[in-house]
Amino acid sequence: MLSLENVRFSVNTEAGKKEILSGVSFTVDSPFTVITGPNGGGKSTIAKLISGIYTPDSGRIVFNGEDITGLSVTQRAKAGISYAFQTPVRFKGITVSDLLNVASGRTLSVVEACDFLSSVGLCARDYLDREVNASLSGGELKRIEIATVLARKTPFAVFDEPEAGIDLWSFASLIRVFENVREQINGNIVIISHQERILNIADRIVVISGGKVDRAGTKEEILPTLFGQDSACSVLKGKMD
Amino acid sequence: MIDKIELNLLKEIADLHGIPTGAYNIRKNGQSEGRGQSAHIHIENREDGRGIVITVDPGTKNESVHIPVIISKTGHEETVYNDFYIGEDADVTVIAGCGIHNSGACGTRHDGIHSFYVGKNARVVYVEKHYGDGEGTGERVMNPKTVLHLGEGAKVEMNTTQIKGVDSTVRETEAHLAANAVLEISEKIMTHGKQFAKTAFSVDLNGDGSACHVVSRSVAKEDSRQEYHSIMNGNARCTGRTECDAIIMDNGKVSAVPRVSANNVDAALAHEAAIGRIAGEQLVKFMTLGLTEKEAEEQIIAGFLK
Repeated sequence: MLSLENVRFSVNTEAGKKEILSGVSFTVDSPFTVITGPNGGGKSTIAKLISGIYTPDSGRIVFNGEDITGLSVTQRAKAGISYAFQTPVRFKGITVSDLLNVASGRTLSVVEACDFLSSVGLCARDYLDREVNASLSGGELKRIEIATVLARKTPFAVFDEPEAGIDLWSFASLIRVFENVREQINGNIVIISHQERILNIADRIVVISGGKVDRAGTKEEILPTLFGQDSACSVLKGKMD
Repeated sequence: MIDKIELNLLKEIADLHGIPTGAYNIRKNGQSEGRGQSAHIHIENREDGRGIVITVDPGTKNESVHIPVIISKTGHEETVYNDFYIGEDADVTVIAGCGIHNSGACGTRHDGIHSFYVGKNARVVYVEKHYGDGEGTGERVMNPKTVLHLGEGAKVEMNTTQIKGVDSTVRETEAHLAANAVLEISEKIMTHGKQFAKTAFSVDLNGDGSACHVVSRSVAKEDSRQEYHSIMNGNARCTGRTECDAIIMDNGKVSAVPRVSANNVDAALAHEAAIGRIAGEQLVKFMTLGLTEKEAEEQIIAGFLK
């Protein structure tokens, strides 16, 4: 279980301080939570705050009863939090198997590595020795990114827009990957996503807009409010009301 | 007799755990420590006594020759000329390398000049590792020069590595390629402390269909300096590509000076150079997998220089 308690976060811009999150509170206690909302609303910032890449200006992040607000990226990773990048990082000379070995904390056998890769729809034989560089397509990099998170087997994982930057064909099979992950999880997964098909497999949905939680609830409660009306429009409408 | 320190040098530079089988020549402190011939690979002293001549018979397949040089005597300085004549259609691996253990205050230097005459359609894998250790304050210096003459359709793969312990090095590689010859060079260098490494390639693509690919990856740490120079001349219908990729850390300095000259309208040449610190997001990715920043750095460098 992970909670954000009144988390505020701002960045310095040329025009001065800009608040990205203005007091965000919510709890992740169901297996599959999707955070959604308009672009620029602060969703990715939340993922980076959870993984420790960003530190909040104020507020607390509590993981399984422990205040982790002051912990570093490494400490949070060791505490059991995994983070999948929106734009997977490219390397020179680092292979897929290097990443999987570091992720799992030991040298995996080919059979074990194959399990992680096949669960994201990749064949180990073709990929284990491949360098994680620009020779891989956006879809392949996304899948490898997801495989490294699966290989960690942590009780908590946050995926930042797994659908971003990949083509429609790759997306269709990526949905199947997450449907699979959905079956296997024994902790909490948070996905930041705009995609209706990912929202459809959520237990809970949190809508972030304008740096705040706009609404949160079960899929049954939230999903009908998201489609059929433009969410950006509904925010404006709320302001006009 | 080869002692423990020397055995370690052999392990570092040639992955040897003792005397190799097949053709070999071990040079220790300027003297021949042992030599082996095979049915198809012959090793003789040069007439001027300043090195050896290695002759590989035409058609020799899947054989290797080890010619490591080890220096454990402080203050020893030498220049050695080794010539390789690789017969037509041969397919061999040459494992060279130099290890210096310097426990004294005097400088130790090995300059190795290797000339290869690679026959028609022959293939050579040339592996060269440089390594230095020892607690002495004397400098460990190595200046290798490799001159490659590739005959028609010949292919040479050259892999050089200098990861540890060499205080100063000037590495020169010169190549002349005939028609359809292919040269692939992969170089790995890491410098630290106050070390200096300079590498200079000069490649003449003289024959139609010839191709050359040079990839240099290096890491400059602490106060070390590196220079990368490459000259590639496309004198025929050919393809050539050089890549210099360097990571700098601490006060490390790297400069890359590439030059590509196309002297024929059908020459296609390219150069790529990238120098910079480790990307922050690469560190963060490994930190999200549970490594500390230092461990992440080590992992990235180990992969980069693999």
